[in-house]
Amino acid sequence: MYEKLTIHELRDKIKNKEVTIKEVVDDVFKRIEALEPKVEAFVTLNKEYAYKRAEELQAKLDNGDNIGILGGIPVAIKDNMCMKDTLTTCSSKMLSNFVSPYSGTVVTKLEEAGAIIVGKTNMDEFAMGSSTATSAHKKTTNPWDTERVPGGSSGGSAACVAADMAIASLGSDTGGSIRQPASYCSVVGLKPTYGLVSRFGLIAFASSLDQIGPFTKDVRDSAIMLNAIAGHDSKDTTSVEIEVPDYEKALDGSVKGLKIGIPTEFIKDGLNPEVKRAFDEAIEKLKELGAEVKEISLDYAKYALPVYYIIAPAEASSNLARYDGIKYGYRTANFDNLEDIYANSRTEGFGDEVKRRIMLGTYVLSSGYYDAYYKRAGQVRTLIKEDFDKAFADVDVIALPTAPNTTFKFGEKSNNPVEMYLEDIFTVPVNIAGLPGISVPCGFDSKNLPIGLQFIGKVFDEQTLLKVSYAYEQNTEHHKARPNI
Amino acid sequence: MREDYEVIIGLEVHAELATKTKIYCSCSTEFGSDPNTHCCPICTGMPGVLPVLNEKVVEYAVKMGLATNCKIARFSKQDRKNYFYPDLPKAYQTSQYDLPLCYEGHVDFKVNGEPKTVGITRIHIEEDAGKLIHDPYTGDTLVDLNRCGVPLIEIVSEPDIRSKDEAIEYMQTLKSILEYLEICDCKMQEGSLRCDVNLSVRKKGETKFGTRTETKNLNSFKAIGRAIEFEIDRQIKELENGGTIYQETRRWDDDKGIGYAMRTKEDAHDYRYFPEPDLAPIVLSDDYVNGIEAALPEMPNVRRERYITELGLPEYDATQITNSKKMAEFFDKAVAKCGNAKLVSNWLMSDVSRKLNESEMEIDNIKFTAEDLGDLITLIDKGTISSAIAKKVFEDMFETGDAPAKIVESKGLVQITDESAIRDLVISVINENEQSVQDFINGKDKAVGFIVGQTMKASKGKANPGIVNKLIMEELNKRKNG
Repeated sequence: MYEKLTIHELRDKIKNKEVTIKEVVDDVFKRIEALEPKVEAFVTLNKEYAYKRAEELQAKLDNGDNIGILGGIPVAIKDNMCMKDTLTTCSSKMLSNFVSPYSGTVVTKLEEAGAIIVGKTNMDEFAMGSSTATSAHKKTTNPWDTERVPGGSSGGSAACVAADMAIASLGSDTGGSIRQPASYCSVVGLKPTYGLVSRFGLIAFASSLDQIGPFTKDVRDSAIMLNAIAGHDSKDTTSVEIEVPDYEKALDGSVKGLKIGIPTEFIKDGLNPEVKRAFDEAIEKLKELGAEVKEISLDYAKYALPVYYIIAPAEASSNLARYDGIKYGYRTANFDNLEDIYANSRTEGFGDEVKRRIMLGTYVLSSGYYDAYYKRAGQVRTLIKEDFDKAFADVDVIALPTAPNTTFKFGEKSNNPVEMYLEDIFTVPVNIAGLPGISVPCGFDSKNLPIGLQFIGKVFDEQTLLKVSYAYEQNTEHHKARPNI
Repeated sequence: MREDYEVIIGLEVHAELATKTKIYCSCSTEFGSDPNTHCCPICTGMPGVLPVLNEKVVEYAVKMGLATNCKIARFSKQDRKNYFYPDLPKAYQTSQYDLPLCYEGHVDFKVNGEPKTVGITRIHIEEDAGKLIHDPYTGDTLVDLNRCGVPLIEIVSEPDIRSKDEAIEYMQTLKSILEYLEICDCKMQEGSLRCDVNLSVRKKGETKFGTRTETKNLNSFKAIGRAIEFEIDRQIKELENGGTIYQETRRWDDDKGIGYAMRTKEDAHDYRYFPEPDLAPIVLSDDYVNGIEAALPEMPNVRRERYITELGLPEYDATQITNSKKMAEFFDKAVAKCGNAKLVSNWLMSDVSRKLNESEMEIDNIKFTAEDLGDLITLIDKGTISSAIAKKVFEDMFETGDAPAKIVESKGLVQITDESAIRDLVISVINENEQSVQDFINGKDKAVGFIVGQTMKASKGKANPGIVNKLIMEELNKRKNG
């Protein structure tokens, strides 16, 4: 039953010796073993490692030593984060045999904070997708309805927290890959400001957009996880040198006088009426709690999606070029010369969505097309950022739905990639502008499928983001609902 | 036929920077280690790694830019150049595309006594690739990634070069500057300094450039010269025969002395350059650039002028000595010891250079010190040894590294200047060579030389030749008039 608790509940019980770390790990693995056949959230389980860590941490604790802010907490990480001597596949056939020779910075930070990394979670192949269904390994289901997708690309990380198969987890968000599955699975998903969390050891999809963040059962846990992973890293020059505050201290429960902007015009099209109802109720609640709600305009936000589908594939086409069958990863058995190794390894090793994006990216960077696509997208990106800057001159946070719909059935959108891409319409602008965003549970539709509320904050103002999320959460019951699985 | 054509050449020179560590990770840049021993997840392009720019690379590149009169960009960025090759594990080379660190510079030098200026289009930083090693026994191709991520600067010239001699002098000038700045070891045979030659020809009087070819990776002055000659001949012959020059990349086989076409423009790569999202732009302050400029060492051309005007060396000697910083430093130390610049220069230009060439050595590998050479010259100046003996002492110094005074002493080579001792020798030689004396008396002056030779031989070369000559004439004249 310990698997059902949050980080902040467990940390006290562990510290007060109400429970041993081994007992917590036992419960989590019992839960994983019971539910994995249904949820299929994990690519790799680190059972042996987990028990060894549990023993070490318990010994430290019994010795009176500090075991860290995540001491003894079982967490999961997305399978695009490198962990030394551990399979790291990006849910791709291409890396199906890749054992990382090093640990990424977030893995090191989690370990230093005392966390126990119980396993690596399933994802859309190379984080490309919004359903986790492009994984080469397995189909992760949504714990609220196993006929439906958990969202993506960090679907495994969202589903395992929703189903209590890990206390918390890490995902990565390039265009919504943390927030959208958090919304679909009714958990809290935070995408920090670009540059707050080191990307060293995160297998790149789109380098200028990727950011690692936590999935948790509530907002307080989100703050604790962020405390563990945030901060400058000398191995990542895009991580910013700023003083990292204690995010948990921002959770004062109040939104009085806080100005919340709503981009009404931007969100009116294509929004599912049940999602709209839940969103409107959430805004009413925030008003009730003393927030000041203001209408804002984000004129360029509607171009974020096309901009994203130029910049992200362009960077991906270059980032994924290293998977050539020469040094590591999948190599075709069928070749006569070097060109064949490249072409056949990549043809056989990558799935359709990955190939689609590599081709898109190669095209937009080609000589003669660069100016019309990549360069132009960069210019529009600047306009989108300026749009947000203007809005934030008047408001403290922006609120909008996380996704226009609730979770869909397997196969429902896979024939039409563009329809799938539209699920990211409200999350993508945040990545394009490099801002922090969070999704918190805000209710259910008539089929009892979760709905998420998204807040967007100013650059490096995760504190206000967490503050408003916490106040909303503590005054509603949505986060307490658990899937019946 | 050849005199009807004008040759247009531009060079792209790659210099490996002598930083201790690689451009984006902390692996060693050392040359010649076992394959794949200076590697880490970063330089081998493992999934998930990120580059961190080595600041020394920027500093060195800025030094080169300032030393070649370039403008230094206060804002520049790095870009990815995408292509597949097994020696490039990331499948892109991090380089600089449209905003290089240094731009619009020039270098001045002399070719056969004539002044020449070549414009520098740009100097940018980039990473080197690994090496492919073809195993002749198994037929396999193996990859050595030690060189992956070794920092390079690429120095791109304007198409200002008009001959093989100009190309070689230009390259020599860059090499000297790199050495003076101590930013590249310039070991061409190890590939740490190499160049690509862009070359076209056109009929004299034409204003449009002809189609150019690019011959890649030339790593000796000899190869540069021969490849240029070959390509000039080939292009002129092709045109004279009514053929067409194609824009192509060519390879030079220095053993066979033949260039080959590698790939044409049609199958040229589309490198799909775009800004490297993993690295922040390089922003330099005026203070930073001014600080580097203030600390630049004396450049070879300044040193050469100083040698000519202050030390009175001939231009040719001054150029030869200052071309190599190590040679110039050796020169300075030897002059400081003995005070005779002209004689030090003569020794360096003749005996020292000859011995270095014979034994294929560099000046810094020589066994004796510059101060030893100074001492040797002092021994000559003071008359302790003759020039002839000095050459023998020099041979010994070169072999053993012993100090000249020690050699002179242990071998008893001190010059005999005692007139009475020499006179005794002279008299005995004259007495033993009556025929020569008679020849002299009969007006055959040649006979003197023979007697001088015999006397020197009798003294084992140690007698002061001036005194020997003087006394022989005295003694012979005594006989003649007596």
